[in-house]
Amino acid sequence: MSSETSQRTTERGRIRVSGFDVERVESRDPLSSWEPDLQSEAGRGRLEYAWQRFKRNRLALFGAATIVFMVLLAVFSRPISLPNGFPVLAGQTVQPFSLAPADPANQDVLTGYREPTLENLFSGTATGLYLFGADWAGRDILSRVMYGGRWSLSIGFIAVAMALLVGIPLGSIAGYYGGKVDEIIMRLVDLLYAFPFIVLAIAVIAVLGRGYWEMILALVVVGWLPYARIIRGEILSVKENEYVTAAKALGSRDRSIITRHILPNAMAPVIVQATLSIGTTVLVAAALGFIGLGLSPASAEWGVMLNVEQDAIARGRWWAGLFPGLAIFVFVMAINLVGDGVRDAFDPQGDQSDTDTGGLR
Amino acid sequence: MSGSEPLLRVEGLEKYYESESDFIDRLLGRQQNVKAVDGVSFEINEGETLGLVGESGCGKSSIGRSILRLREPTAGSVYFKGQDITTLSDSELRDLRKEMQIIFQNPQSSLNPRLTVNDIIGEALDIHGIESGVSRDARIKELLDRVGLNASHANRYPHEFSGGQLQRIGIARALAVDPDFIVCDEPVSALDVSVQAQILNLLEDLQDELGIAYLFIAHDLSVVEHIADEIAVMYLGKIAEIGSPEELFAPPQHPYTEALLSAIPEPDPLWEGDRILLEGSVPSPIDPPSGCKFHTRCPRVIPPADYDFEQSEWRAVMSLRHRTREADIAVETFDAGEAALMESLRDELDLPPTLSDPEAEEVVQEALRLVADEEFARAASLLEETFETPCSTDEPVLRETDAGRVACHLFDPAYESGPTRGTPTDDGSAAGSATSDD
Repeated sequence: MSSETSQRTTERGRIRVSGFDVERVESRDPLSSWEPDLQSEAGRGRLEYAWQRFKRNRLALFGAATIVFMVLLAVFSRPISLPNGFPVLAGQTVQPFSLAPADPANQDVLTGYREPTLENLFSGTATGLYLFGADWAGRDILSRVMYGGRWSLSIGFIAVAMALLVGIPLGSIAGYYGGKVDEIIMRLVDLLYAFPFIVLAIAVIAVLGRGYWEMILALVVVGWLPYARIIRGEILSVKENEYVTAAKALGSRDRSIITRHILPNAMAPVIVQATLSIGTTVLVAAALGFIGLGLSPASAEWGVMLNVEQDAIARGRWWAGLFPGLAIFVFVMAINLVGDGVRDAFDPQGDQSDTDTGGLR
Repeated sequence: MSGSEPLLRVEGLEKYYESESDFIDRLLGRQQNVKAVDGVSFEINEGETLGLVGESGCGKSSIGRSILRLREPTAGSVYFKGQDITTLSDSELRDLRKEMQIIFQNPQSSLNPRLTVNDIIGEALDIHGIESGVSRDARIKELLDRVGLNASHANRYPHEFSGGQLQRIGIARALAVDPDFIVCDEPVSALDVSVQAQILNLLEDLQDELGIAYLFIAHDLSVVEHIADEIAVMYLGKIAEIGSPEELFAPPQHPYTEALLSAIPEPDPLWEGDRILLEGSVPSPIDPPSGCKFHTRCPRVIPPADYDFEQSEWRAVMSLRHRTREADIAVETFDAGEAALMESLRDELDLPPTLSDPEAEEVVQEALRLVADEEFARAASLLEETFETPCSTDEPVLRETDAGRVACHLFDPAYESGPTRGTPTDDGSAAGSATSDD
């Protein structure tokens, strides 16, 4: 140390820290040769990761298997022929299998109710095996429950899909543009939320009449609300990310910013909500059927079957209401198991609960 | 470009944000503006770097984004290559995006986690239809190579990279459209020090090779000193001082710059320089102070000519004045009894037991008595009427000094009576070299 530097002084810069020395810095940390420890050429972001976790959730897999089973039963219960006016393969049978033991519309009004007994299996008649018994018109309940899945399940899936198609664009627009557009859309959502659902459904069905698509419409009218709310909230937070600003700075159009950068990062909670609400929608459809706003009384939709047999249980014919009710119960239960599984799969802290609860957060 | 017109010229740029308000407030017109940027002008020449420093919330990033019109400026003009971009239509603006780009602070949030590096960089090429097919891949490889990344990493996702590498990808994305000007919005603040150096060196190399001009936003003077040709110091939405690094580090300086420079850590254990500690915190930009925005915290406010203050006394009186106006003295927490109260108030405010000027002492005592009765408004008006200073009434403008342009009354010949440490220029004779007009 020279004597000059050992004196106290107010002058700066006697000791220089040369952190910006190119040669030294580059020799210390060769940049491009760095390899990630986790060799994850297949790392596909949050969806892929969620799927990995979902696969490990046995309860959810069981629910998924149940749903697949019920869907298959519904599809293969009776042969499917395309209507004559269809553009391709008109009038042809595209699904030849017939798992249902009898035509669900086959009546035997003279006999009427039949209790489900094992003997029925062996004394099978043309109108059914009556494993689940027969209803007031002598129709085979097992066949009707299998076939009715076509109505009940498809209403659940289609109504939710259509609600997503309405809710996601509206919620995205509200969240992305904000301001007056946001105000208008979200006030509409509040307005519809404030309306009693049953009254709204009655109004829609009173105007349009009863029927499959009319019922779906009644379900969609309020079904899109939660998705619009969720996606709007999610977008409000995702659009603050700098990659959205970067896309704007590059000159991307709004549509491509929303579909390419914002929506993929905002979808997770919507997927969870949609899965869970398939079950609710099936329940609501059944409830509408039960109060007589659903499909025609002759159809095999589960809710309608319950409606028709309202007083049967009180008269000791327990089987007439039990099996359609059980079908609704099993399906909604399975959907809820899957929904919970999906939610856990998207929750990054979900499976760390037992191993890593302490430490820095 | 002709030599006379700078690449980028910003004139009187203002950006106000509407403060949070509900529907009723909007209906009644009770809207308040946050003046994030309040009349800022500067120029950047081709291939040069302007460093912009200031505390958090002083409007640095708002300037960067307003220049690119990522946020619409409230007022003012931004001339890029002689064209006022605040008047451009959307499609004209889209073409301009090829020439002006931005690099962000947080490399993690500035890259979409769902896209591969290839898609992230390629997006720029696709939007402007620059390259396609095989030449697109080649261009992406070339860009990755240029920012020091391995071209074989193009198919990876952002989460597979480290912070410094992500920032390089962000730079590659900005370079993809071959811009002439890049706003660097605190590009190294989120990185650790050794990586900061690499990124700064990369930015400098790119400037040398491609002749890109930077607006380099940072809150770290030592980072900016390294890279900038000119530095602007901002305080509450205004530029306090602007000049080359040498000019900025040499007196005469704005008192705020002085305080910032004194806060730079010094590795020399025998260094005994004074740190200038500023009182209080940055005032709210919703209702900024009148006159010079820094006068509420300035250690060198010009004292009134009629009174004879020492600088520390005057500073204490100024802070009393400021706190009475804000009604920011919790009288009830002090001991009761007027004499004891007065004493503890003086203690709290760092006022000496008696001021050197007897007349001033009387006024201060009167004001303290009013404060003791919690008559803040009367105390404030008394102090304001008696102790007038140009710093709280007149707004300073940037004027030439020996070293750089400074917005402070200390260097204004009209207020010569004030104490000055540097030499105020009266005719601007030495000022020609002080600014970088070309």
